[in-house]
Amino acid sequence: MNKNIYKAGNNGDKVRSDCYVEILRSENPLEISLESKVDKLYGNNIRKLVKDVAAQFEFTHGTIRVVDTGALDFIIVARLEAALRMATGKEISYLLPQRDDNREPGKKDRYRFTRLYLPGNTPKLMLNAGVHSPDGLILDLEDAVAPDKKYEARFLVRNALRNLKFYGAERMVRVNQIPQGLEDLEYIVPHGVNMVLVPKCESAEQIHSVNKVIDKLKNEHHIDNDIWLMPIIESALGVIKAYEIASSTDNVVAMAIGLEDYTADLGTLRTDEGVESFYARSQMVNACRAAKIQPIDSVFSDIEDMEALRENVLRSKQLGFEGMGCIHPRQVPVVQKTFAPSEKELDKAKKIYKAFEDAKAKGLGVVSLGSKMIDPPVVKRAQRQIYVAVKTGLLDENWINKE
Amino acid sequence: MSKKYDKIVENAVGRKVPEEINGEKHVAFKGVGKHRPTGNKYGPPIPSCADYPDDGDKRQSSLKEALLKSGIKDGMTISTHHHFRNGDVIANQIFAIAAELGIKDLRWFPSASFPCHEPMIEHMKSGVINRIEGSMNGPLGKFASEGNMKGVGVLRSHGGRYQAVQDGEVHIDIAVIAAPAADAFGNANGVHGDAACGLLGFALADAQHADKVIVATDNLVDFPCIPWQIHGNWVDYTVEVDKIGIPEKIVSGTTRITKSPDRLRIAELTANFCDAAGIIRDGFSFQSGAGGTALAVGEFFAQMMKERNIKARFIRAGSNKYPVKMLEDGLADYILDGQTFDLEGVRSIRENPNHVNTSPFTSYNYHGKGNFASMVDVVMLGATEVDVNFNANVVTHSDGYMLHGIGGWQNCLFARTTILPIPLFRDRIPVIRDRVTTLCGPGELIDVIVTERGIAINPKRIDLIEKAHNAGLPLKTIEELKVEAEDICGMPENPQLEDEIIGVVKWVDGTIIDAVYKVKTK
Repeated sequence: MNKNIYKAGNNGDKVRSDCYVEILRSENPLEISLESKVDKLYGNNIRKLVKDVAAQFEFTHGTIRVVDTGALDFIIVARLEAALRMATGKEISYLLPQRDDNREPGKKDRYRFTRLYLPGNTPKLMLNAGVHSPDGLILDLEDAVAPDKKYEARFLVRNALRNLKFYGAERMVRVNQIPQGLEDLEYIVPHGVNMVLVPKCESAEQIHSVNKVIDKLKNEHHIDNDIWLMPIIESALGVIKAYEIASSTDNVVAMAIGLEDYTADLGTLRTDEGVESFYARSQMVNACRAAKIQPIDSVFSDIEDMEALRENVLRSKQLGFEGMGCIHPRQVPVVQKTFAPSEKELDKAKKIYKAFEDAKAKGLGVVSLGSKMIDPPVVKRAQRQIYVAVKTGLLDENWINKE
Repeated sequence: MSKKYDKIVENAVGRKVPEEINGEKHVAFKGVGKHRPTGNKYGPPIPSCADYPDDGDKRQSSLKEALLKSGIKDGMTISTHHHFRNGDVIANQIFAIAAELGIKDLRWFPSASFPCHEPMIEHMKSGVINRIEGSMNGPLGKFASEGNMKGVGVLRSHGGRYQAVQDGEVHIDIAVIAAPAADAFGNANGVHGDAACGLLGFALADAQHADKVIVATDNLVDFPCIPWQIHGNWVDYTVEVDKIGIPEKIVSGTTRITKSPDRLRIAELTANFCDAAGIIRDGFSFQSGAGGTALAVGEFFAQMMKERNIKARFIRAGSNKYPVKMLEDGLADYILDGQTFDLEGVRSIRENPNHVNTSPFTSYNYHGKGNFASMVDVVMLGATEVDVNFNANVVTHSDGYMLHGIGGWQNCLFARTTILPIPLFRDRIPVIRDRVTTLCGPGELIDVIVTERGIAINPKRIDLIEKAHNAGLPLKTIEELKVEAEDICGMPENPQLEDEIIGVVKWVDGTIIDAVYKVKTK
């Protein structure tokens, strides 16, 4: 292989919406070649971008070959930047203006029923992901990116955070395992990330080390909003330390379990029924509730079987989880709908909620519905269900006045 | 020789079109339902039984022999049909024979062309073929779009093709009908034999009106060939050949339900919209194509029908295994079929009396006493571009190249509700444009655009807007959708086109709705 060739991006028959860049350093004046599926409609614009990025890097000798399969600008420049950084050794960032809506800080208490994983180096899957209305979109730098693509993926994920339309989904990134993952943070913290997922988490120290880097970056870039953390527990040790991790810092607002790795760590196989992970999941829920954060369940890997997914969510909900990872957009509505209170649950919750409000208004110490006394924890559960229903749009905020 | 085209006028949708093409007179589009034909339909010369063998054996030794007997000569119009789709072998043979005979300036009048017809490019270069009047895509589309065809192409819908032949606008000298099963008399069908393709309806106009009709088959059966979708009484010559088509390519095409989550979302939104609009009720009818998204819409319909214990009166198709399953599951009384896309479709039409063959005459012909397409409750169609007035393009790509045939697309616009379920952009190219590259369908007939990012209802359809208003659907204006696509993709440049016209698009009544321009290649 010619050592003077530097490559970034994906190329091939099945690749779409991506851009492949190949840079050759030589003594000859810069030559740019473009093969693009959309040449007639965007060719001039793409050529201009290529020249612009090359100029930023003061790359004046050699060739830049671009094979474009309909990539958006932020994808094209991510590929160019990755290749030019390698070719020149210069650490220059080429950033397009950030979308205004991608500056919005995340909200601590928003619901996180569904979070959709997106491989961090596959632009095609990113473009329409938000349209499927997950609560969060995770740009994954960890397991979904091949080791030799980790470098270029950072630029793509950074640019996606700034320029991809998220349609109101929380902007999440799963970084690499700590300590490697700490290096990912500078590519995401200054660029509008709402929540960082910390995989294979086994200690509070790991969370502290993440926060140390985040705080430093926030300081450097004058960011004053919080960046939330969701540690992912994926080992026997992690389960043992669950409460320690969940309560480690204020910005840990949710914690998830990753069952593929966990069951491998136990030396067993994952089943749909999940008997082997019952202890871990229960422990997780318990730790999260004790720390007053959201317990989030593992992904369900059969993307074809929606009925099995639904049953899985029902089990998860019964255990006390409040959300689940999705690996395919079609899983999102199923998970969303199943976690949300059912109509029956909601009807009952409304009655209890009203009875409580009535009792309060009348100054009664005891809530009753018909001839039945309602215990405080039952009221609390009903209030929580109403809250969830309002948060998720199932119930109007003013429902009580309207009914 | 006269100019390729002349007498440019502006038509009722503001497009500049020639009223003289290839030396023939044409009429510019006047508006939907505005043009009235006059005179009588075209009739072929009256034949006599005295000139045909009493034993009914019209076999010739070869296709060449049959073409010679038919009097093939310079400047003739030769028609073929696309029921074998990309597995057709006969059309190429015909023009290879013509080339061998030194014949020039033929007009090829296919019901559609496919990439397998690439050899026609050589015949166009050498002058054997003057022009193609029929859909052009793939290599042929590129060749014609770059201005390499001698004559001007004329693109018609399936119904428009029937209309043109019936009205005598296109006079077919020789029609060659490739048949999966035929007898020596010329009775033919599409349901038996190795190359079974289902239906031969596209050849009906030609069989009825061409001066000479040749039936070629690789599956000659003893008289009578039953069923006889093509009657031997229309046929001059029959020919037995080794191979009529390549079976695995005949049933190719997109025949699977899409797995793309984005397309599934479009399909689901489409079905939900139809539900909100009150379209999905017992006894309704629908038509959706064989594309992955369209098939998915049908599946969502099927789920709704099952849940409510209702059924459709008929499905208009393009059939394959999915509508066949609906028919067999009792979710529809009939399939009214124009072409079959897979072997399940072929099996069903052969075995099931409720799976009925139709033709461009019954389904689409605008110069008839009604047609089926306008009686369908809802139709789902594709488009390459739509403008903010809902005018749509199905023929050219946004870069100006001819990409698709019209098929039954224009004819289907007359359904009670016409929906275009389409992605808001494809490989970065926005679908909603200020101006469509080629206007194939007037916006007044296009009711709803369903994209993954929202649904736009034509403001003319107040009834649909009212019904869909409170159904929790993501309704947007078409302008909003356009802005959203441009926000994501950036503003595309306009296609680089020359002033030269290389083709025209006919409307269903034979008038010219738009011209197709040469693409700049330098």
